[in-house]
Parts: sequence; structure tokens; C-alpha cells
Amino acid sequence: MLWYIARRIIYLIPTLLIVSIIAFVVIQLPPGDFLASLISKAEETVDQAQVDALRERYGLDEPIYVQYWKWISGIITKGDFGRSFEWNKDVSDLIWERLGLTVVISLLTLAFIWIVAIPIGIYSAVKKYTIGDYVVTVIGFIGLAIPNFLLALVLMYIAFRYFGQSVGGLFSPEYIVAEWSLDRVLDLLSHLWLPVIILGTAGTAALIRVMRANLLDELSKLYVDAARARGLSELKLLFKYPVRVALNPLVSAVAWVFPALVSGSAITSIVLNLQTTGPLLYRSLQAQDMYLAGSLILLVSVLTIIGTLVSDILLAWIDPRIQLQ
Amino acid sequence: MQPTHTKLDHVDDTAKIDNQTLLDVKDLKTHFFTDEGVVKAVDGVNLSLKRGETLCVVGESGCGKSVTARSILRIVPSPGEIVSGEINFQQRDGEVIDLAGMNPKGREIRKIRGGEVSMIFQEPMSSLSPVHTIGSQIMEAILLHLPVSRQEARKRAVSMLDLVGIPRPSEQLDAYSFELSGGMRQRAMIAIALACEPQLLIADEPTTALDVTTQANILDLIRDLQQDSGMSVLFITHDLGVVAEIADDVVVMYLGRDVESGDVDSIFHDAKHPYTRALLQSIPRYDSRENRRLYSIKGTVPHPFGRPNGCPFHPRCDDFIADRCDSIDPPRHSIKGEHSVRCLLYSAADEAPSNKDVPS
Amino acid sequence: MTAATYPPAGDGASASAEVHAETRIVIANQWQLIWWKFRKHRLAMLAGLVTILLYVVALFAELFAPYSAGTYSAQHTFLPPQSINFLQWTDAGWRFYPHVYGHKVQVDPESFKRTYIVDETVILPIGLFVRGEEYKLWGLFTLDVHLIGAAQFGDPVHLIGTDRLGRDVLSRTIYGTRVSMSVGLVGVGLSLLLGVILGGISGYYGGLIDNLIQRAIEILRSLPTIPLWMGLSAAIPLTWPPVRVYFAITVLLSLIGWTTLAREVRGRFLSLKTEDFVIAARLDGVREMEIILRHMVPSMTSHIIASVTLAIPGMILAETALSFLGIGLRPPVVSWGVLLQEAQNVRSIATAPWLLFPGLAVVVAVLAMNFLGDGLRDAADPYQA
Repeated sequence: MLWYIARRIIYLIPTLLIVSIIAFVVIQLPPGDFLASLISKAEETVDQAQVDALRERYGLDEPIYVQYWKWISGIITKGDFGRSFEWNKDVSDLIWERLGLTVVISLLTLAFIWIVAIPIGIYSAVKKYTIGDYVVTVIGFIGLAIPNFLLALVLMYIAFRYFGQSVGGLFSPEYIVAEWSLDRVLDLLSHLWLPVIILGTAGTAALIRVMRANLLDELSKLYVDAARARGLSELKLLFKYPVRVALNPLVSAVAWVFPALVSGSAITSIVLNLQTTGPLLYRSLQAQDMYLAGSLILLVSVLTIIGTLVSDILLAWIDPRIQLQ
Repeated sequence: MQPTHTKLDHVDDTAKIDNQTLLDVKDLKTHFFTDEGVVKAVDGVNLSLKRGETLCVVGESGCGKSVTARSILRIVPSPGEIVSGEINFQQRDGEVIDLAGMNPKGREIRKIRGGEVSMIFQEPMSSLSPVHTIGSQIMEAILLHLPVSRQEARKRAVSMLDLVGIPRPSEQLDAYSFELSGGMRQRAMIAIALACEPQLLIADEPTTALDVTTQANILDLIRDLQQDSGMSVLFITHDLGVVAEIADDVVVMYLGRDVESGDVDSIFHDAKHPYTRALLQSIPRYDSRENRRLYSIKGTVPHPFGRPNGCPFHPRCDDFIADRCDSIDPPRHSIKGEHSVRCLLYSAADEAPSNKDVPS
Repeated sequence: MTAATYPPAGDGASASAEVHAETRIVIANQWQLIWWKFRKHRLAMLAGLVTILLYVVALFAELFAPYSAGTYSAQHTFLPPQSINFLQWTDAGWRFYPHVYGHKVQVDPESFKRTYIVDETVILPIGLFVRGEEYKLWGLFTLDVHLIGAAQFGDPVHLIGTDRLGRDVLSRTIYGTRVSMSVGLVGVGLSLLLGVILGGISGYYGGLIDNLIQRAIEILRSLPTIPLWMGLSAAIPLTWPPVRVYFAITVLLSLIGWTTLAREVRGRFLSLKTEDFVIAARLDGVREMEIILRHMVPSMTSHIIASVTLAIPGMILAETALSFLGIGLRPPVVSWGVLLQEAQNVRSIATAPWLLFPGLAVVVAVLAMNFLGDGLRDAADPYQA
């Protein structure tokens, strides 16, 4: 098992390298170097010495691979993600809380998806081709078909129109900039349910289908008949064997559900005005605040890669066959 | 359709089967109701198995032997259903019950499964759970049917693995099926099946997926275990070599029904039905002097929806009698003792039409 | 055999019909079987019809839309949807006369907010195949027929209402069909090309190449697509012409979207490689290319069609999301996502909820293609129960 984990971690290295290159490309994409845009944006004249210092720090006059090296080594050794010129702050000052909230929301949504999708998926498979199954299937498809942001808009509209409430955000106004406290956490939790449901809909629909299909596959396997021939009751049989086996692909599904969640939350967060990475990335992209944008893309990617790793390890833990491969 | 539950209450008429008979299947019909139509996988099978004996059910693939086996344990997959017939089984306490009348999800049949009747399957790989250890599956069977503690169950599981010849049984108890070879897996399956000392072992082509040496080992194992425990074995196979080796009695099946049945000697040396004879002729013989082509039955097994009228074998039969074989359903005709055949060649001409009964 | 299976001789006609149906199944070829199996899937059939309809609308957008995408009217901004009345009361009784009512404008003296009140005295007749604005269908034929619209040219008939510039939401959604549905198709086409080539290579040759491609796919799949798309598409220069932006976006979408198709193709190749008929062909000395083209590709086609159908909705959703954020397609291009930009916050939706109508189009399109793809996937393997 340890060997397996070690091997997976070694596999991570090229992935991380590629991700960092992609993020760096995003930083480099806008025409001209960012100092030029900084200077053009600044209201007062910029101190030439300061410009030179920045030029030196990011190696702007040097070849592209040196720039990449300076950037990535700054991140790895000093946690220096560069500077946001839009906010005039270091990127690292801006991102951590938002990244933390992104993780919290994504994990809660994941839990929501599992808790809802697994029982419904089992029901749907066991009661194949009944009214209940058809209802679940149709609702599932609709859940898949509605883009998250549209669902967010509709729910916000309903809340606004019929309850006179302005939902959105993760905090009540008085807590937005407050220090962390128990009250702030409670306030956060009272705002979380809406984004979790909105983000979870598509994933839930998808996982219901995965669970149903897997379970249908497993239900017709010989080992189920063999266990039945041993005299096990139908319910025990169902949960001990086919459900247990059908859960494996569901664990590995985390590997793609998690990126999809983080990814989907980018847009939903913008609509719902959540204090997560999505809106910050959006603003930074619009303002061509490229160090911030690049760092966010890098960190969000790293986040999903870690999620994938965790799901792989979980899968190896629950499915003894995996480690052998 | 299915007999109601009340039938269970007066099943105690032991007159149905005598003391020596463990299992008696009468005119069993198991049909599959698919969207395309009804597939009559088993359509009137009769067989009878005595205590301590081995009955082989032979036939080509698709003749309904596996469905017959599954019908006995009531584990026919949907959309299959037992439409009519009786499966009389004599329990340990001497009571005779009709398995065909039981609720396939009910408590009674679950007591039978694994306790009185066990089954092993063709694919040892897929009949073991991929994510549970061998031990947990043996112990499950033991704990379901025997009043023992977990520790006793574990001990018994180890001794079962030892009994079926799995080396280092206490270690292998915690092995997963994918860590064992095909032969070892089938041994493990046998260990699970025999853990509660059933009266009847149903073996559904247990050696088909194995290589020849392993096949022989498994056959020997089953025979040895049978001699020690006195259980009966219902052995499903398409391999006549296997039949010759282990059978006491034989039932030959074609298209969902028994066409000939009898003790192994009369089947091999005095086969009556053209199908049985054709099957026997298709066995390659190394002692054959003449250098001639191996006999093969003409035509192929018909499509499940395209069952022929009259005798189901008539389109492939060399002794086909026009206007009779394709219209008259051959009745069962007793040859000698238990040897009987369903073929118009042997039944009196006047007797046949009246026997074209219309059940169901 | 009992009388139950085969009816007695008197009923010979139906018996032979039955036998006929049975032999039909035995001799039917693969595509016939797929079609029969697909046909049984009612929902998929319906979804297939909706999908075809959507593409027909996309092809003939000019004909279907009452107005052109750019037609605006300063006097009719945020006009709410009008409901259609089919009957009119006259002295002679009810008569069939499809029409909508006009609107009166009220301006709030304090806030200067304009509100519309339905004016039942103004009757605006509508009809099918009416004459309206001139347009050039596919830039070739000059026509002025519109499938539906005001019977009298110039009447302010807006069935789904108008946006903040007084543009007809229905017309714009219909025009949006063209872009949104084709982005899906073109994007999936590109993905398919990449997927078939890379997946095919990966599955057919195996070994090191397979390993490399599989690792690459794994990496791509573990990346969060939308932030990446956001980053990459934000880099598309604002000065680019709309057509180039359109292609840039589809290329971006397919660059990340090909992995699923590649996996599907690889999986098929791997399983087909060991199929008896492929091995038999190889043992018969058939050339590799011929094995691939004559034996393997035909047995994969149905599966690939199903996967492609299932991949299109993802593309449509991605385009919609990007354009909705303003970093995908940009006006004057009209796509569903671009249209939804108008409904980006609660306030504008509260004023004009009908601006969400293009969202309905997205849902219908995605739903239809998902059902269709699902039905196709089930039917793709007709030999399986």
C-alpha cells in the first residue's frame, strides 16, 4: 500500500510540471509584459528604480525559461506567487482564504452528492424499469442538462421574487470582512446550503446514473447468484456484494467529479458572488492581472490533482485488486 | 402459474417420492418472458435423483441444463419464471417439499440454499466476490446455516479449505479470489458449497473453464467428498467423458426437455434416442481403427424462438418419420427399468396421438 | 411441444407471421438490429426528433425567426412576452383570428421607469408564413417570408418579449441556435478527430505510446476545465473578428474535450483486438489497414456515434458558460450564452425574467442530446440483451 502511494506521488510530478507550465503560459499570453501594463495603469509616475527591481525579480529581460524558473522556484521555495497589480498586494495575501473556502464548498458538495446519489442510484437499479426508476432517470437527466449558473440564476430569482430575499454570497454583510469567529463560521454555514445544492445537482445526477449502471452490471454477475445460492437474504446480499463492488467506480468517479466541481464552482461562484477562487479569477482575467490569474489556475489545478490522488488512494484501499496493477 | 402457498401446508404426503429419492423433478417448465417473445428454456423436464448417487444432465449448450439447475435453487434470473411443474425435495427431517411452489425470496427457500442444497458454477473466477476474502464467503455460509460463533465458523472454514486440498488453509482464508489459480478458486467454491454439509450438490459445469489436469483433480475431489459425506450430486455437463467417469444415472436434454434418461450403462451401451446415439457417435475415439471423419449431428440447435413442432429434434434427426415426428409430441416410453426415452420410434403408433396432452 | 407455442392448424396465418418475425431477427444485419432496438426507446426517439428539429432551426434560422438578430426598437425595450389568442369575438360570433394585444406605456413620473400595460383594444394579428423583413438565406436567396410573425409588417409583435435594446428575444434565441448547436458539432468534430487518432494509436499499438497517451489523458482530465478555459479564452484578443473567435473557442473546447472520446476509442480497440473475428482475419493474412478499416471500425462505429452524441451537450454547456461570462463568444455574435449575458444578475432577471428564455433552449438541447445519446448507446450493442 505504501509503495502504491509512493508510486502515485511520483506520477504526480510530471502532472504538476505540466500544470505549472500551462499556468505560466496563461500568465504570458497577454501581449506585452505586465510591467508595461502596470505602468500604463498607474496614476502617478512610477519610480524607475522600483520598475527595475521588479524587472530583476521576475527576470523579464531574460529568456522565457529563466522567467519560468524564477517564477516557479519563487513559489516552491518562498511561497511567492508574484504580485497582483490590480489589488497592489502580493498574490499570496489574496488567495489562501478563498482557496480554503473553495475546498470547503467542494468537499461539502461532494458529501452532498454521495449522500443523495448512492441511495437513489441503488433504488433505481433495484427497481429497474419501474415508475420510480423512470422518474429518477428523467429528473437526473434534467439535473444534468441545466447549467449550474442557470440554476443559480433561477433559484436567486425565485428567492428574490417570492421571498423578497437576496440570496448569494457566503456571509451576511457584517461578517464579510470580519475576523474568523464562531459566529462567522455559523453565518458561513447558513449561507452554504444554496451553493452546495446548486453545485451538487449535476454531479448528483451524473453519479446516480453511474451508480445505477454499475449496480445493474454487478447484479447480473455470477458471484451474486453464488451468494444467493448460499442462502443470503436479498437485502443483505444486495448491500454486502453488488453495492459494495459498485461503490468502487464511484470512489474513482471522485477523480473526475472533484475537478468538475471545482471547475463548475468557478462560474456559479461568480453568479452567486461567493468569496471563492472563481470570481477572483474572473476579475483578474478581465483586468489582465496575470500573476493572480496564473496563480489561481495553478492552485486550483493542484487542488484537483490532489483530489484525484486522494480518490486513487481511497480506491486502492477499498479495492484490493487495484494495488496489483 | 405458480402454485400458492397453501400447497406447502400439506406437502407431507411422502407418497410423492419414496425414501430413497432425494430429488424428483416433474414436468418442470421455466420460461423467459423477454420483449421479443417467450423463450421456453426448460419445457417439461423430468428427473429423479437418489440419495448418495450422481445424476448427470447432458446436452448441447442452450438445451436448458443450467436453467434446470437454477430452477431447483430458485435462482433463475429475471425475466425467467417457473411456469409449472414440481420440484420435490426430501429434507433432512424426511419432510418432502415442493421447491417450485416456494417464494424465491422467502425464508424457506433460503434455508434450503446453502444448507440442504448447494451449488457450484462454471466460472470460478466470477462466482467469487472480487472484493471479499475467500474466508469471509465461507464463514458467511457457515454462520447462515449452523449455530456457531464467529471463531468456530473460522475454524470450520479453515478445515473446509484443508478438506478441499487448498494448501496452507489458514493463510489462504484471507486471500482474495484474484490471488488464486483457477483450480484453487473452484476448490474454494466447493469448500463454500460443502461448508454446511448439504444433502445435494448441484455442479453446473464446474470443470468447463478449467484445464484438463485441473478438471481431473476437481472431479476426483468431488467424487471423494461424495463418498465421505454420502451427499447426492447433480452434475451438469456437456462432456460425455465426464459423464462416463462419474455418473450413476444420466438425463439427456435437448431443447428444454429430457429426451432420454437411464442408468449410465444403458445410456452408453443401449442408447435409444437418435439424439443420444448421435451424441455418443460424436465422441472422438483414439482406439478407432478406421481413419474416418468424426460424426457430427447435422444442422444446428434452432433459434430459441424457432422451436420445431412435434419432436424438437426432428429437423436434425436421421430417423425422421414424415408427418409423424413433425406433428406428434413424443410421449415418454419406458424401455427397461428406469431407462426411458421420448421418441416415436419406440412408442406404439396408436398410443402417440392420445398422449399429445395439452398442459399449462 | 405443446399447443400453446404453435396454434393449431386453423390459425395458420398468425403462426406463419410469428415464424416470419422470428426469422427476421435472425437474418437482420447489425444496423437493422440497432434501429429496431433504438426504436423501442420511446424517449430517445422523441429526443432524436427534437435534435433534428433544432438543427433544422439552426439551418433555416432566418426563416424561423420573426425578425433579424439585430433588429431593435427604442420604443419597445423590455417588452414582456405577449400571449397568443386564437379566437376573436365579432358580431357574427367567435372566429378564428390568431392575434396578440398591444401595449400601452406608462412612465412613472418619479423614477422615470417605463412599465407596459396590456392594451386589449389594440389587436395585432399574427400568422404563419408572413411577409416581413427581407433577408438573404445562407447569403444566397433573398426572401421575406417568416414562419411566424405579425400579419401586418411593422406591428410590434414580440412573442417572448424584447431585451434592453428592444430586440426580439425569440428571434435572437433562434439565431443563437445556429451558433450554439454548431459550436457543439464543430467542437466535437475536432475532438473526435483527435480522439480517434490518439485513442486509435493508443489502443492499437499499446506499449509505450499507449502509456504516454494515457498519462497525458489522465493529466488533462485532472485539470479543472472551466478555469483553464477561462484563462485561455481570456487571452483571445478583443480585436479578432467574430469568426476567428468562434473557431478559437471551438478549438479550445475540443483541445480539452477529446479525452473522453479517445478513451472510448482506445477501450473499443483493446477489446476488439482480442475478438475472435479480428484474430481470425489476422491469421488469414489480411493486411493491418484492412483489418482496422473492414473489421474493427465498422464494429466501433455505432459506439462512437453514441459517444459523440453524448459529447455534444458538454460542448454546448461549455460555450454557454464561457459566453455567459463574457470571455467566450462576444456580441455581435449571437449564441445562447451571449444572450444569457443579458441576464447576468438578479436585478435584470427581476425586471425581465423572459431573458432567461435562451436558457430554456440550452436545457432542451442538452436534454434532447443526452437522451438521444443514451438511447444510441443502449442500441449500439444490439446483440446484448
